[in-house]
Amino acid sequence: MKRQKSTSRNRANWKLILSISKTHIWTRKKQSLIAALGVTFGIGTYVIMMSFMHGLNDLLDGLILNRTPHIHLYNELKPSTKQPLDLNENYQGKTIFVQSVKPKNAQVRIHNALPILSFLNSQPYVKGATPQIKAQAYYLAGSNQLNGSLTGIDVMKEGHLYNLGDYIIDGSLENLAQNEKGILLGAGVAKKLSVRVGDVVQVSSIKGDVMPLKVVGFYQSGMAEIDNIQSYVNLKVAQRLTGQSNDYVTDINIKLNDMELAPKLAKQMEEMFDVTAVDIQTANAQFETGSSIRTMISYAVSITLLIVAGFGIYNILNMLIFEKMNDIAILKATGFSGKDVKWMFISQAMIIGLVGGFIGLSVGYLVTVIIDNTPFDTAALPTIKTFPVDYDIKYYIIGVSFSLISTFLAGYFPSRKAEKIDPVDIIRGQ
Amino acid sequence: MQEIIRASHITKFFRKPVEVKVLDDVSFQINKGEFVSIMGKSGCGKSTLLYILSTMDTDYEGELFLDSELITGQRHEELARIRNEKIGFVFQFHYLLPEFTVLENVTLPAKKLGIKSKQEIEHDAIEKLKLLGIDDQAKKLSSRISGGQKQRVAIARALINNPSIIMGDEPTGNLDSKNADIVFDIFKDLSISQNLSLLVVTHDEDFAKRTDRIIHMGDGKII
Repeated sequence: MKRQKSTSRNRANWKLILSISKTHIWTRKKQSLIAALGVTFGIGTYVIMMSFMHGLNDLLDGLILNRTPHIHLYNELKPSTKQPLDLNENYQGKTIFVQSVKPKNAQVRIHNALPILSFLNSQPYVKGATPQIKAQAYYLAGSNQLNGSLTGIDVMKEGHLYNLGDYIIDGSLENLAQNEKGILLGAGVAKKLSVRVGDVVQVSSIKGDVMPLKVVGFYQSGMAEIDNIQSYVNLKVAQRLTGQSNDYVTDINIKLNDMELAPKLAKQMEEMFDVTAVDIQTANAQFETGSSIRTMISYAVSITLLIVAGFGIYNILNMLIFEKMNDIAILKATGFSGKDVKWMFISQAMIIGLVGGFIGLSVGYLVTVIIDNTPFDTAALPTIKTFPVDYDIKYYIIGVSFSLISTFLAGYFPSRKAEKIDPVDIIRGQ
Repeated sequence: MQEIIRASHITKFFRKPVEVKVLDDVSFQINKGEFVSIMGKSGCGKSTLLYILSTMDTDYEGELFLDSELITGQRHEELARIRNEKIGFVFQFHYLLPEFTVLENVTLPAKKLGIKSKQEIEHDAIEKLKLLGIDDQAKKLSSRISGGQKQRVAIARALINNPSIIMGDEPTGNLDSKNADIVFDIFKDLSISQNLSLLVVTHDEDFAKRTDRIIHMGDGKII
């Protein structure tokens, strides 16, 4: 009963303190507004920076990561780790120098590729495993031969797993799937050959076998080096061009359900299938670094802005408390405790922070919408027409929390001073 | 006679810049309904004594009782509550909150006490303002009324929680003689009609002479 009474009195006390804070804020609208605008600026910039930066990060990640397999299996030409001398019992335990070591003569094809593929595709952690055939070739343009690189793919699966369709600027992936003797030409190659969709190009293998292929579309990755040589064909075409049987596969690309498992699984596969396996983290280490540094920079800038806003509030509150010395003395003389007075000023800071924060979120949202609708033409991503923006609610929650924390801190220290002020000193000082 | 406030052997030092004894073994008591004034030269320690009696200054030796309850050594929050409930203040400089209306200034201590409902508090406040003849100013901002009116509002605020005692630190010191008379008459009337205890520090001899009892102070002692 007693406790109930004291909590209701507590609530009434809070209401009273907040109503005094409200009057303080309301009677100095201009100052409060300026303080709030400081927070608005900080939070708004934070939301804009994070949404835009993250959108950009996702875009760039997508540029590389979406079309990169999580694990890439292939045979690498490399020297044997055990040289014949190592096997000779007479030289056991001795230091052996072998000079001019050459790579072992090995095939680029993956042994038992088809059983491996069907095994991988039945594993629960695998989203999809696709075969590829990489082959050197020449594009024939009259008497000229252009260096080229053909990749034979399982068209629809490749499109589904690696968004190949996003990089086609003319024609479509379906055309390639329907047209067995079709070729998806790199944009750079197409330009050099001056061909259009529907034309026929002559492609020659290294051994000299020429094959006419119908252009079904153009492919543009955004990296000129690739677009100038790379083209895609159906698996069978690649096999025929290299003169190999239909179980010939040079690479297996695996997409996992969880990318983080890649390094561990790559190691297992390397032992299990006796091939070289490279995981995405190793292959694109520099990429992760780029993303995290961009994120770090945007955090640093936003936090700096919020700290500046915090100092603004700190200043204004310090001034306010200095001006309000008399009021503080009266409040204390008439029965308000130091704690009441402290919370009166902290709550003012936090109301300013909350209002400024919410305006900041709205401004941030509006600006990101504008950015999202700003035209952005990039050769790298033919399907992207406007700047990328990530509307993650996370940034809004962090923004508001940060505005509350920073204004609390900015309000806390001046308010502590108000709590400690001795009314006698002020009244006597008059 | 019911005792309201009792000071017992109160001694206080100012420690800065050098140690000075401001109050030296001061003992006295005030009974219910008494109107007491404290007089003395500047620096004799009368204001210091008032602040100790008001519970705002806690740095002293000796004991202080309010309504027979020991005040000395209580926690700051408890003291704030005691001031809120039992002591009304009137200062030399009006000391109203300038952003609030007259009515809000008067009701704040009662809202802080939190016993009555908002309607009751406002009704009480209007009653007190009527008693002091300024109820027509209730809705005005407190910074928009005259000095004499401000002091009357401060008295209304001091009365709002029906305190045991009203303390004044030169409440008429800043007023012209006409307004000073009005304030004195109000005090006198409260003391007689409501049997309220009053303790007022003053320089004004005419004012002091008309009170029930004068405590003369000199060099930190009662003479």
